[in-house]
Amino acid sequence: MRNSNHVSSIIDQEIIRKDQAKGLHNLIYVKDLSLWHGKQQTLKNVELNIRDKGITVLLGPSGCGKTTLLKTFNRLSDLYPDIRTEGSIFFEGKDILSKEIDVYDLRQKMGLLSQRPQPLPGTIAENIRYALKLKGIKAKSEQDDRIAHYLQKVALWEEVKDRLKSPAGRLSIGQQQRLCLARGLAIEPRVILADEPTSALDPISSRKIEEQFKELSQEFSIVLVTHILRQAKRLADYVAFMYFGEVIEKGRPDVLFEDPKTETFKEYLFVGH
Amino acid sequence: MTITKRLSHEYLRKGWMQVALGIILLLPFAIGLSLLYKAWPLLAPSGLIDVLLGSEWSPMQGKFGLWPFISSSIIVSLMGLLFMVPVCLSAAIFITQFAPAWLARSLRSVIDILAGIPSVIFGLWGVMTIVPIVGDLATSYGAGNATGYSILAAGIVVSFSVMPFILNMLIELFESVSIELKESALSLGASYWQVIKDVIVRKLKPGIIASFTLGVSKAFGETIAVLMVVGNVVQVPKGLFSAGYPLPALLANNYGEMMTIPMYDAALMLSALILLIIVIFFNYIAHKVIRYYHARI
Repeated sequence: MRNSNHVSSIIDQEIIRKDQAKGLHNLIYVKDLSLWHGKQQTLKNVELNIRDKGITVLLGPSGCGKTTLLKTFNRLSDLYPDIRTEGSIFFEGKDILSKEIDVYDLRQKMGLLSQRPQPLPGTIAENIRYALKLKGIKAKSEQDDRIAHYLQKVALWEEVKDRLKSPAGRLSIGQQQRLCLARGLAIEPRVILADEPTSALDPISSRKIEEQFKELSQEFSIVLVTHILRQAKRLADYVAFMYFGEVIEKGRPDVLFEDPKTETFKEYLFVGH
Repeated sequence: MTITKRLSHEYLRKGWMQVALGIILLLPFAIGLSLLYKAWPLLAPSGLIDVLLGSEWSPMQGKFGLWPFISSSIIVSLMGLLFMVPVCLSAAIFITQFAPAWLARSLRSVIDILAGIPSVIFGLWGVMTIVPIVGDLATSYGAGNATGYSILAAGIVVSFSVMPFILNMLIELFESVSIELKESALSLGASYWQVIKDVIVRKLKPGIIASFTLGVSKAFGETIAVLMVVGNVVQVPKGLFSAGYPLPALLANNYGEMMTIPMYDAALMLSALILLIIVIFFNYIAHKVIRYYHARI
């Protein structure tokens, strides 16, 4: 395991050098991050860079720690008092895990799209309006303009423009997830954290979300957690494969999927789940 | 076993269940009808409005105005509600959202213990602690009745006796909110308190209203604890410190004499019928509230 980490870290350095030569930069640096749930260690010495723009896929079987890693990025891990971390995550020149960080500000820079759509109680418009209020946008007309803008951005506008005042819970699951995406965009994040965002959706809705992600990746850094290999292949600009709390392999999908270095990853690719 | 034998067994079992179900369904109607039947001799000559809103109660003269009792009941349960809402809501929010797991567990067992305490103990405790405090308050405000046996004391005691019941409902309600919804709202940059106020409480509003409606209904029917501290003076209460005489107390105190005075039994049966109807009405409202919001959220 140690060895494989070493190998991938050399690859990683190489990629960073190539990226920087192309003018690409990393937005988030995870440095030697370990995390414990009580006595159980769920993340082990994770080293990872998240590129500015593009889609970084955290791939791995269930329970490998990918969601936990995702939730440390916007400090949702604070909700669990028995979580303890070591190491650092650098973002915009600051360590996210330090006590001095303004978590509300941090969370507005890292929009979250969860596994199942989580519409807030209230209407379709109110869902986005709430995010806008938290962003400090008070004028009603400005809010209305932005509600339309973000609904258009996730291609939901045409479907809901006549019923903005009906309850968000009445939309189909796929529509709800796009509404949640629009709501997340309304806080103007730099990063979109997506935790298996299509796992509750039907194939057509999933495809729509994937298309959105492709488009949004021109503007945002997207960190996508998934256990679906085909989805990773379709979307990833960069992949990190996790297994039992460790990042075992990482790199560009064309390199990584063609030439897996470890047995574990080979097997995962072979079984294909 | 032959097929006919099996079928007849099956039929017999089903039959039993239907009988049991029938008994449960018919019980409220049976009670209501027999109360109405017994109350009729009073209701028929005087008319419903006169009995409900009449404030003269002199059984010996054949005057059976129930308004002193009805108004006492309404004021006591509303006051109970007033004390209940802030305490129960904050306690439920604290236990489910803020308290560490070990504390939440022990608080919940305390609530279960409270829920199991017979209401006569709440009454006795009210007589020993709440009534003297209210009495002192009344004296310092110069109220006419300085004994402390009052509407206010009854409101406080009834809120305590109903609280565990409501708290259990509220806690269950608050625990039904998924952690993912909280995470989603927090991820928008909301503070924990904003999430509770704008998302959780808003989402649970119908359930919260329904819980408190059931609470008022329970307070309305609470008999012994209220009877012990409310003073039992037949009058329309004129203030917080004045004594009152709620409907259940009327029934519990006087059922023994109801056969000795003409029409007294009819008056008591009518009080019981009113009590039954009000309690059923509150339960119906609670049900409606939930249905109404379910269609909208």
